[in-house]
Amino acid sequence: EKTRGDFFSKLSKAVAGKSKVDDEVLDNLEEILVTSDVGVDTTLKIIERIEARAERDKYVTTADLNRILHEEIAGLLAENQSDDVNGFTVPEDKKPYVILVVGVNGVGKTTTIGKLAAKYIAQNKKVVLGAADTFRAAAVDQLKMWGERVGAEVVSKGMNTDPSSVAFDAVKVGIDSGADVVIVDTAGRLHNKVNLMNELSKIRRVMEKVIDGVPHEVLLVLDGSTGQNAVEQARHFTKATDVTAIAVTKLDGTAKGGVVIGISDEFKIPVKYIGVGESVDHLQAFNKMEFVESLFGGKDATNI
Amino acid sequence: MFDNLSQQLDRAVKNLKGEGRISEINVATTVKEIRKALLNADVNFKVAKEITNDIKEEALGQKVLTAVSPGQLFIKIVSDKLTELMGSTVVPFNPTGNPAVVLISGLQGSGKTTFTGKLGLKMKKAGKQVLLVAGDVYRPAAIDQLETLGEQTGVEVYTERENKNPVEIAQNAIEYAKKNGKSLVIVDTAGRLAVDEQMMKEIEAVKAAVKPSETLFVVDSMTGQDAVNTAKTFNERLDFDGVVLTKLDGDTRGGAALSIRRVVEKPIKFISTGEKLENTLDEFHPDRMAQRILGMGDVVSLVERA
Ligand SMILES: Nc1nc2c(ncn2[C@@H]2O[C@H](COP(=O)(O)OP(=O)(O)OP(=O)(O)O)[C@@H](O)[C@H]2O)c(=O)[nH]1
Ligand SMILES: Nc1nc2c(ncn2[C@@H]2O[C@H](COP(=O)(O)OP(=O)(O)OP(=O)(O)O)[C@@H](O)[C@H]2O)c(=O)[nH]1
Ligand SMILES: [Mg+2]
Ligand SMILES: [Mg+2]
Repeated sequence: EKTRGDFFSKLSKAVAGKSKVDDEVLDNLEEILVTSDVGVDTTLKIIERIEARAERDKYVTTADLNRILHEEIAGLLAENQSDDVNGFTVPEDKKPYVILVVGVNGVGKTTTIGKLAAKYIAQNKKVVLGAADTFRAAAVDQLKMWGERVGAEVVSKGMNTDPSSVAFDAVKVGIDSGADVVIVDTAGRLHNKVNLMNELSKIRRVMEKVIDGVPHEVLLVLDGSTGQNAVEQARHFTKATDVTAIAVTKLDGTAKGGVVIGISDEFKIPVKYIGVGESVDHLQAFNKMEFVESLFGGKDATNI
Repeated sequence: MFDNLSQQLDRAVKNLKGEGRISEINVATTVKEIRKALLNADVNFKVAKEITNDIKEEALGQKVLTAVSPGQLFIKIVSDKLTELMGSTVVPFNPTGNPAVVLISGLQGSGKTTFTGKLGLKMKKAGKQVLLVAGDVYRPAAIDQLETLGEQTGVEVYTERENKNPVEIAQNAIEYAKKNGKSLVIVDTAGRLAVDEQMMKEIEAVKAAVKPSETLFVVDSMTGQDAVNTAKTFNERLDFDGVVLTKLDGDTRGGAALSIRRVVEKPIKFISTGEKLENTLDEFHPDRMAQRILGMGDVVSLVERA
């Protein structure tokens, strides 16, 4: 078993003073990235960037190289454009701040909404949740239980009702009740189902009718264990709803969620949150450097 | 922009054309393209490497018949290989015992509860007296979810809302099944990560208590490289009998199927292709899955052009 430390010293040797990086070393880098779901194309892009840096800087030490590698990968992750720096504050001038949550089936949308609501409520914000998943068995019950758990009002019209009308009501209730944040849950849907994606665009349009500029945020939830299909998910959900931010869930397991690097790069959408468990406090603001480090096994990569 | 396998192979196959015999040089490029296609389909890194090495060996030195182009021959080698790896024969789902017990396991959100509902309906239609057991005591409204599915399918659901012990619930359910003439009991469980020691112990205990004749591992077909780690651990802990692949109504290539099959050597018993409960649960066809992973619909047309 080769260790990661070995890998970095080899990589360093291969890069030092050269303009081309050794094949064997690149194979190692490829393995680390591909097994983290970064994908072949993004991996090649990263390797090209490292080669370009090596060519420019000529000599690099192992420590330098490690840093460069991290920087180049982090550089692919889009910047968070919103005023929200630590992920859990909302702009003062948008009241209520309205968030629409979308994604394929079972990725963790409803759970992420519960956790997010708890973060805002902890800052004494008033939160309203919209139960616009009126399709999946007991979806409304699930959101209601989260609402009770965290102390958020849940707007619902029951199962099998029109989701856009629930979303409309949620925003309206948010305004009328002086809420700070409104978060609308939607049913999971696979992005290749045209009707369901059209329904999502409609939900968005109907929300826009209540106040201008709403939803302020469209959060695409991606399951951290998903492979390359997540790229297609991002493509189609962006088309249907103008996604503004990404949450990556289930990163408490062994999956690395590397596919979001290519997604963030291609669609210029920032990753804002990560889910690291099923409990209410298992939501964190996304940190680029920590994320990149986790691809290389956390501390191991820097500790050479 | 989207570089699909058809285009990739098209390029590679050009190298093979006009050669009488598959040689080291022209195989290398093609194998690289195949490997990339497998990785794009989420086949595990190591598995993809092994497979392409095997394919290379098999392809090298093969004489190209005058009737068949080198490209065609190569594609045949690849698709045969994948089908073989996927398991050439169908292993039927065959719950036995009185009542027969089926245990459902898997990661969070993989589709266990939905599958439990679907399997219940399928078995009811096959003439079984089915009982579904709500063994997820953690997820908010998990019990309501299964109850709703039971209502929709007309299958009875066993619940104990106040009990937080899934082992007891499952045991009690089997007692209940015996007294009430049920012939098949399907136990739904909470989603869990393979690295969650406490939760893995819990499901081992459920298994030991109810002695299922079929333990099924439910996997989201969109899963990436981690599929093998999870499948390996679940298999070590539960020695499951088969795999269920869900959400195949999406456009994922589904390479996880190949990886899991290769690593744990357990058959894929069902594929799930929709949220509706009716007519969305099918038998697994290894050849179709191989074609899906490779995008063989594209490849067939490629061969026709070659
Ligand atoms: N381990 C872990 N589990 C999570 C995380 N986020 C969500 N889950 C679990 O994943 C499962 C699915 O979560 P949901 O919130 O119901 O997902 P969803 O996207 O709303 O699902 P649908 O509405 O059915 O499409 C549940 O069992 C959650 O507890 C996470 O960060 N880590
Ligand atoms: N499109 C599609 N959706 C599916 C399929 N199977 C399940 N789903 C959906 O996937 C989501 C998760 O399904 P569940 O059955 O709740 O998954 P689970 O494994 O029981 O989840 P936990 O109990 O939270 O671990 C739901 O939205 C289901 O409707 C399928 O084959 N196709
Ligand atoms: Mg949900
Ligand atoms: Mg479930």
